[in-house]
Amino acid sequence: MIMRLAIASLGARALTVGMTILAIGLSVALFLGVEKVRTGAKASFADTISGTDLIVGARSGSVQLLLYSVFRIGNATNNVTWESYQDIAARPEVDWIVPISLGDSHRQFRVMGTSRAFFEHYKYRQGRSLAVSDGVIMDDLFDTVIGADVAATMGYSIGDPIIVAHGLASFTEHKDQPFRVSGILEKTGTPVDRTVIVSMEAIEAIHVDWKSGAKVPGQSTPADVIRNMELTPKAVTAVLVGVESPLQIFSLQRAINEYTEEPLLAILPGVALQELWSIVGIAETALLAVSSLVVVTALIGMMATIFSSLNERRREMAIFRAMGARPSTILSMLVLEAMLMAAVGALFGLVLLYIGLIIAQPILDSAYGLWLPINAPTMREVWVVLAVICAGAIVSLVPALRAYRLSVADGMMVKT
Amino acid sequence: MTGAPLEITDVAYRWSGRSGFSLTVPDLSVAKGESVLLLGESGSGKSTLLSLICGTIVPDQGRVCIAGTDITSLSGGARDKFRAEQIGVIFQQFNLLPFGSLLDNILLPLRFAPARRKRVSDATAEATALCAALGLPADAIYAKATALSVGQQQRVAVARALIGQPPLIIADEPTSALDANSQSAFLDLLFAQTTKHNTSLLMVSHDPRLGERFDRVIQMEDIAQIERASV
Repeated sequence: MIMRLAIASLGARALTVGMTILAIGLSVALFLGVEKVRTGAKASFADTISGTDLIVGARSGSVQLLLYSVFRIGNATNNVTWESYQDIAARPEVDWIVPISLGDSHRQFRVMGTSRAFFEHYKYRQGRSLAVSDGVIMDDLFDTVIGADVAATMGYSIGDPIIVAHGLASFTEHKDQPFRVSGILEKTGTPVDRTVIVSMEAIEAIHVDWKSGAKVPGQSTPADVIRNMELTPKAVTAVLVGVESPLQIFSLQRAINEYTEEPLLAILPGVALQELWSIVGIAETALLAVSSLVVVTALIGMMATIFSSLNERRREMAIFRAMGARPSTILSMLVLEAMLMAAVGALFGLVLLYIGLIIAQPILDSAYGLWLPINAPTMREVWVVLAVICAGAIVSLVPALRAYRLSVADGMMVKT
Repeated sequence: MTGAPLEITDVAYRWSGRSGFSLTVPDLSVAKGESVLLLGESGSGKSTLLSLICGTIVPDQGRVCIAGTDITSLSGGARDKFRAEQIGVIFQQFNLLPFGSLLDNILLPLRFAPARRKRVSDATAEATALCAALGLPADAIYAKATALSVGQQQRVAVARALIGQPPLIIADEPTSALDANSQSAFLDLLFAQTTKHNTSLLMVSHDPRLGERFDRVIQMEDIAQIERASV
């Protein structure tokens, strides 16, 4: 009966109670939303590269190697010679190997030279493969496959010509050897979306007329002459390696790191991603702190609402007292009310979260490559809801204690 | 149940907040089935006396016996429960919880008084019967309290005070918000019920015209002394 009266009492103040519940609901939805984006971003981040056992590059730091080889951020300090590449490829542990050659750009996008094996072995988001949404994987020397963002930003379609610039943010272009868009990749949410992919040989081909990083003046080898040239790369920027058996990862890693011909570095992508996330992750903590403060603010708003209702409810409390309710009953009724509001608010927040997820999921996936799975509430989310209800009870103790004191002082006589 | 419904002996109470205000009541009792009108102007200590009887405040000395139990010896929580069991309270006005139905309001004291609850076999039927006896529309018990006129609300308050037949009804100027005709009709209904159930009634008012209908009329100044220290 008390529960029913508490609900009826809340119903009688539907507008202010509704606003309070709305505020709590929005704050909880925000908090859980941030939480979702946070875990989703972390998962997407970790999903940037999967299925690759080792990344090999010139000796530098593991995060740096990961950044330039996978995220196309920053530059390699040095290259890996073709001889080293072949040595690694010849090792018995190696199941597959993919060379990567970076250094040139097209507008704001990096150009990456690689082999066809890249399309077979590069996996993202728990083993998904790259796929062309339009056209085919390059088969001509001057063909290129572009990422979804490149196509969307530049408005390219199959058959369009692309001129690759030498270096990054450079004004010297490889004008003599234009490429042709042969395929456009599906959106992956990884740096591949922002990459122009050409063959290893093509990287060699556009540098035929170049010596020591500068174009040889007046020299321009015709394309059909280049096609007949020996275009074996002299160096690669990084190497993706898959091993025969997971047991061999560490022995291969050690062997590469102790390679005597050249200083090399082999890293485990997962470990390096973790290392990188621990740097990026500071922002997530800040985000979480801000959104939890929003929840606290909403609860304090509820406390203020209860406070302001106390005066008009002294009569009501006097009736309860006259009928035999103890002051502690008055206190627990107010706490119960607050818990009801917090519970309804938190559940409303959960509903808002799911509505938001259903609306935002395809948008976030296509625009940012951020995949937020829609699951049943996790234990963590259930705990958040319970914590909000408990916090609601705790903050309501402040006005409830005041009501307690008032009802002791007033008894059943309120002179208003 | 032994003892008179109400027996006050040598009670003295001093307000802790306002210095110098004190109330002493040497002797006041209400017999079983008796109706007593207590007349007094505002400021004569009526409210304080009612609070003492109901046990929301405790005298500094003396005894307040309700149905044979000295409530000054009870703890705060026990006094609250005792009040729920033994006393039906009717206020001047604003008796009802506005968000509750008539039924909710009438049954409210039973929630805090298990023994009184047991005396009522079918609470809803009892509430309906009381409403009918008090001239309230039969279908009204599920209506919201705010849907009623002030006179009707006061009658609901009577039904609430009577349910489960507590030995004592305390009414604090229940007619002051009513016009003369309604006052008379209200008292008719109230007396019909208290007589029927042999319930004692202590009603407080400042209106001496009501006196003829009661068994006994007492003046506040005859039974109580108030002292105010000059400030």
